[in-house]
Amino acid sequence: MSEMVLDPAKAGAHGAQDDMPFHVREHHPENGTLLGFWIYLMSDCLIFAVLFIAYAVLGRNFAGGPSGAELFDLPLVALNTGFLLLSSITYGFAMLASQRAKLGTTLVWLAVTGLFGLGFLSLEMFEFVHLIHEGAGPQRSAFLTSFFALVGTHGLHVTFGVIWLVTLMVQLNRHGLTEANTRRLMCLSMFWHFLDVIWIGVFTFVYLMGVLP
Amino acid sequence: MENQTTLHPLLGRLSLDAIPYHEPILVATFTMVVLGGLAVMGAMTKYRLWGPLWRDWVTSIDHKKIGIMYMILGLVMLLRGFADALMMRLQQAIAFGDQMGYLPPHHYDQIFTAHGVIMIFFVAMPFVTGLMNYVVPLQIGARDVAFPFLNNFSFWMTAFGGGLTMVSLFVGEYAKTGWLAYPPLSGILASPDVGVDYYIWSLQVAGVGTLLSGVNLIATIVKMRAPGMKLMKMPVFTWTSLCTNVLIVVTFPVLTAVLAMLSLDRTFGTHFFTSDFGGDSMLYVNLIWIWGHPEVYILVLPVFGVFSEIVSTFSGKRLFGYTSMVYATVVITILSYLVWLHHFFTMGSGASVNSFFGITTMIISIPTGAKIFNWLFTMYRGRIRFELPMMWTIAFMITFVIGGMTGVLLAVPPADFVLHNSLFLIAHFHNVIIGGVVFGVFAAINYWFPKAFGYKLDVFWGKVSFWCWVVGFYLAFMPLYVLGLMGVTRRMSHFEDPSLQIWFQVAAVGAVLIAGGIGSMLVQFYVSYRRRDALRDVTGDPWDGRTLEWSTSSPPPDYNFAFTPRVYDNDTWTDMKRKNYLRPVKDFVAIHMPKNTAAGFVIAGLSAATGFALVWQMWIFAVLGLVATVGAAIIHTFNYKRDYYIPAEEVVVTEAERTRILEAANV
Repeated sequence: MSEMVLDPAKAGAHGAQDDMPFHVREHHPENGTLLGFWIYLMSDCLIFAVLFIAYAVLGRNFAGGPSGAELFDLPLVALNTGFLLLSSITYGFAMLASQRAKLGTTLVWLAVTGLFGLGFLSLEMFEFVHLIHEGAGPQRSAFLTSFFALVGTHGLHVTFGVIWLVTLMVQLNRHGLTEANTRRLMCLSMFWHFLDVIWIGVFTFVYLMGVLP
Repeated sequence: MENQTTLHPLLGRLSLDAIPYHEPILVATFTMVVLGGLAVMGAMTKYRLWGPLWRDWVTSIDHKKIGIMYMILGLVMLLRGFADALMMRLQQAIAFGDQMGYLPPHHYDQIFTAHGVIMIFFVAMPFVTGLMNYVVPLQIGARDVAFPFLNNFSFWMTAFGGGLTMVSLFVGEYAKTGWLAYPPLSGILASPDVGVDYYIWSLQVAGVGTLLSGVNLIATIVKMRAPGMKLMKMPVFTWTSLCTNVLIVVTFPVLTAVLAMLSLDRTFGTHFFTSDFGGDSMLYVNLIWIWGHPEVYILVLPVFGVFSEIVSTFSGKRLFGYTSMVYATVVITILSYLVWLHHFFTMGSGASVNSFFGITTMIISIPTGAKIFNWLFTMYRGRIRFELPMMWTIAFMITFVIGGMTGVLLAVPPADFVLHNSLFLIAHFHNVIIGGVVFGVFAAINYWFPKAFGYKLDVFWGKVSFWCWVVGFYLAFMPLYVLGLMGVTRRMSHFEDPSLQIWFQVAAVGAVLIAGGIGSMLVQFYVSYRRRDALRDVTGDPWDGRTLEWSTSSPPPDYNFAFTPRVYDNDTWTDMKRKNYLRPVKDFVAIHMPKNTAAGFVIAGLSAATGFALVWQMWIFAVLGLVATVGAAIIHTFNYKRDYYIPAEEVVVTEAERTRILEAANV
């Protein structure tokens, strides 16, 4: 087995200094924040996967109550989808501005993103209140339980995204586009686009397929 | 819903009736806990230990200290979980015919639920997480984990989750549903009281901690390995830790989601799992086992790594079949996600579905068997030293093989229809969890204790503990196989047939022996502490180890390694020793380290308080708690000064002290 082992004396090609064959004088491991956050997002994705599964299993159990075809107001949901997709684009503009080190522009685009997020949330609240007033609340049937859980969990994520966005804007205003803040901006960017991707799944599988007969 | 109309505006469902002062067993326990707690607090005040406890431990983000705190948490909760086990064994040994035993059914049901939940979530999980936390950064030559603050926060979430479970002992009651709380039994109609809510919220709080610790360790292993340590040069324990944490990240969200759905059903009257309005309780059973089956591999994979390290160290040989060991681990990781349905073959999914899951289950025994043979071949022609870690390893290899074979029996669907929910199943999973996870954790404690504390554990009391555990295990669980084959079902607090009693009495004797094993281990810790000068490990390498953690001092300095090691071989430290490695003694540089913070403790405490308010439906406090938790997290993000440098002069002093000790010991 020893022939498989690199001789430290010959390890110069691998960057070892001759005086320290077994050590590195100053080692700076890579920052793992973006990888860690991405792994967290994948775990969050699994929460949505479970909610999608619940909707797939229970989504046609109307228990004598209303069905998706009777309840869903597609133009409203299309408008809502537009808000969220646009917010992703504006977040992208904020990222571009931050890469050009333009703090003011970044903040403006972040504010626009937040407003689209709030618009999305208001329309969603309107839809929920409307459904509950019609007697189609989450307690009415397993279909509505799984509908409210899936859409509501997404909405809760967007809410936390908006809170994060505001916090980050304050921090950007205070410390500028530092290395730490740029990293945070990138994490929130991943989070925001992730919620967009989830919403495309919700729009397709819950709303569009829900109004099919 | 009626109970919600009578909620107290502040206290919710909580009232004086929730305090079980009419239960003598609980009152006695409570008195003991209070007296013990007062004694500990008094001693800490007397010796002025509160400050050091807060500064050096509670707020510490050092992975070594957090690892040790996880192990202590596991040990404390082991005592609680084992007390439950002893109570059950005693009840089943006496409750026959007219004799009803000393535990009423509603109490007995809480005990078996608490036993299962505590042993899995708050004993086995802290043990393996603690081991990974302590050992992985040292094995890969890192100075801490990727996210040190998150590590502290994860620990406190786990600890506070366990605390919430313990509170249920004295305020209210615990679930009476079994450890996985199947609906409709765990639904609001069959379980209207707070037991299931305690179950849900303690696991939600602890689950967040486990998930984040999984993310943290994956990032650590992927990003922070020493230069030269390619994936296929990582120590096997690091490999199994990586796979375990991948499993944690892909399964714990499922648990979080399914428990959230159950709590919505219970609190807001939704219909995920109810028997009416289109709910489906089998959806719960499927989802909880999609988490639950990988969970047992989350527990056992790290100890497979432990055994690999120990077998190779104490046989004085390179591990046999490193590559096959890694591939076996990865195959087990993937397959563990494809077998969940074998927990409920009796659901009636039909022959083809049951066959699929039966076959995938049996296939898992192939990579596991490969591992056993790898360990055997490592021992073959090795110069074996029968130290305590090796003894536990051999006990594991024998016991685990028996448990594995009964598992393959249960994987045959027709056999499972007969044995489902019988004591045969109970014997099987205790056989693999005690014979695998518990023996592995004890092997690991005996193996890495000198690294963590600077002295070895006492051998005599270690052997007493070993023999009590091993003999006690066989006495306690082999009778359960027999009873299970005779058709006795699990979770019974009373039996009619007197011919069964002798088997339960033998099992009770076994449980008492195991109690002796636990007691001996506590004595072992105490005796070793008293004899610490005689047992001192000055070299940092007491077992002639093979991996990087043995290259630094025992206990390691805060910064682990004065210089980051450079890796050329799997058994890095053996390789360094063979090439006449000389410890660097000059030219030290300042070391970049993370700073301690109280944020993890505070945020986790607020989360647990919110959980308590949710259990009792104190809505005002729940909202306040949630706002405070989020607020504390936001405040923490405004702290940008999270690190500092250990000055080179301090490193010089620390390393010079080690040089002096090594020279004095003449090594």
